[in-house]
Amino acid sequence: MASLIECDDVWKIYRVGDVDVQALRGLSLTIEQGEFVAIMGSSGSGKSTLMNMLGCLDQPTKGHYRLNGVEVGLLTPDELAGIRNQQIGFVFQSFNLIPRTSALENAQLPLFYRGLSLKEQRAKAAEALGRVGLHGREDHYPTQLSGGQQQRVAIARALVTSPSLLLADEPTGNLDTQSSQEIMRILETLNRDEGITIILVTHEVDVAAYAAREIVIKDGQILSDRKTKAGPISSPVGG
Amino acid sequence: MAAFVWLTIMTALRILGRNRMRAGLTMLGIVIGVAAVIAMVSIGEGAKRAVQAQIATMGTNVIIIFPGVTSASGVRGSQGSAITLTVSDALELKKRIPLLVDTGWSRRDVMQIVYGNRNWNGTINGVSPSYLTIRDWSFTSGGPFTQTDLDSAARVALVGHTIVENLFEPGEEPVGAVIRIKNVPFRVIGVLAPKGQSSQGSDQDDVIFIPFSTAERKVFGTSFIGSVAAMFGSTDQVDDLPMAAEQIREVLRARHRLQSEQNDDFTIRTQVDIGKVQEGTSETLTMMLFAIASVSLLVGGIGIMNILLVSVTERTREIGVRMAVGAKRYHIVMQFLIEAMTLSLVGGVLGIVLGVAGAKLTTLIAGWPTIISGNVIVISFFFSLVVGLFFGLYPANKAARLNPIEALRYE
Repeated sequence: MASLIECDDVWKIYRVGDVDVQALRGLSLTIEQGEFVAIMGSSGSGKSTLMNMLGCLDQPTKGHYRLNGVEVGLLTPDELAGIRNQQIGFVFQSFNLIPRTSALENAQLPLFYRGLSLKEQRAKAAEALGRVGLHGREDHYPTQLSGGQQQRVAIARALVTSPSLLLADEPTGNLDTQSSQEIMRILETLNRDEGITIILVTHEVDVAAYAAREIVIKDGQILSDRKTKAGPISSPVGG
Repeated sequence: MAAFVWLTIMTALRILGRNRMRAGLTMLGIVIGVAAVIAMVSIGEGAKRAVQAQIATMGTNVIIIFPGVTSASGVRGSQGSAITLTVSDALELKKRIPLLVDTGWSRRDVMQIVYGNRNWNGTINGVSPSYLTIRDWSFTSGGPFTQTDLDSAARVALVGHTIVENLFEPGEEPVGAVIRIKNVPFRVIGVLAPKGQSSQGSDQDDVIFIPFSTAERKVFGTSFIGSVAAMFGSTDQVDDLPMAAEQIREVLRARHRLQSEQNDDFTIRTQVDIGKVQEGTSETLTMMLFAIASVSLLVGGIGIMNILLVSVTERTREIGVRMAVGAKRYHIVMQFLIEAMTLSLVGGVLGIVLGVAGAKLTTLIAGWPTIISGNVIVISFFFSLVVGLFFGLYPANKAARLNPIEALRYE
């Protein structure tokens, strides 16, 4: 059976002015369904580029990236949007909630673009908010929530579509220690109990420690790739 | 899809509600444009209706024939100064041209009319009985004179509303009274229903009709018996007017023995011709209105486009998030288009309300007749929708073309 993510000699080259910048240089990577992976690296290492590509926000210049067996490099922008909507959940460092819009409506957003009925959207979003411990805060606006709570709304928004892949880009970067731990515990639980594949970008070692596999990127290539925990990672969950 | 559109409209309304001042100022162009058009079209329609009513007072499907002008040593007289048209011309026309239902004729002069100790200078018209039917004169009391009155040159008169007001006491019954014109006593046998102003602005009710023969022999003292100042004809159908006019021209040219190189010694005007002059005026007005409407809608549209471009920039990050969670291009396009159309539609509706109020106020204050047509309201509504659509397209496309990665990073 195919792996969830297969990167095969992936290059990403930007043109900045007259200079070609090689953000990814022949990177190959395989991630199975149900893994919890931390990607680390200094700024400029190419980890953001890799995340954007894995999240189908970007496409490789050269090489192959297959998500669930689909060649992402061949898709149109609208097809990419469809894949993001169906299969991927994003959690950003700066939460990126839509301002002056309630927690429930923020969590509804992906379902809104899926064309579900308003009733279904509300029910699923409320359920997702419940899963991240925000039951009863559906009508709160982002400004009425703490940083940790805002990030939980963002996680609910990522979860609401039942994605196969959850991408978290420095999810604790703007949070205090206690909130960071709460967020990481939620992610850990989602991975362990629901088998959601999580890829986490961080530069904090204690955050990366929640993951079972740690990949270090440098100069657009993989510097190291090691398992940090034994566990259910090698046995695919859910078939 | 229905859920999507509905939610997008609700979102648009909420965003506009949040920036009420900004939304209001943005809509102002559309509001003023639509209001101006509605108010001016209503006033224009009112004026047009009034003019049409005036033209209708001429009668139904009327042709008027004036004699040509005299020309002595190159000095030309006024319209109708020649004596080229005669009663026999009129009778001949009726006989020769089947299209003409009837023909009538008239001569007129301004003279003093005396009743009791009052006097008044009014227009005395010597007319054939047919003239009264062609011009659609009706009576508030009494009735018209007849062919017998014409044949016997009876001293009977029909008086207009203005004459009644100036010669008679209020409430006094003119029918049966004896008035004097140039010292000749006339018995009033009918009071004419008022017609108001003519399309040239003269008072059509300042008039007395007496039989043509009586006028010729006893009042005007004409040297050329049988010559008329104007002839009138009428047809059954409006469409027959041009054909009838052409036939009249042929018959008259033959009767007057005009050679092909000679000009007509008469002028023919149909009611359609006169209406056309008025139509030309209102067409000019319509064109001007159209220009004003276009300019103000253009300005309003540019205002909407401007504010949407600002909005796209302000909400770049939001657009990025929406794209990240799966918004396709058309979702983003729709969102901003619906916002633009909401702005222009609300503006349009406000403009319609303001315009209708303005028209009503004009009637109330200035007393001008106004007609508010449903068409104009529907068209205004439609146009504000189109303006929103058109000027929303560019910002909406700009938003949809954003790169999600850059949009997410936008500060």
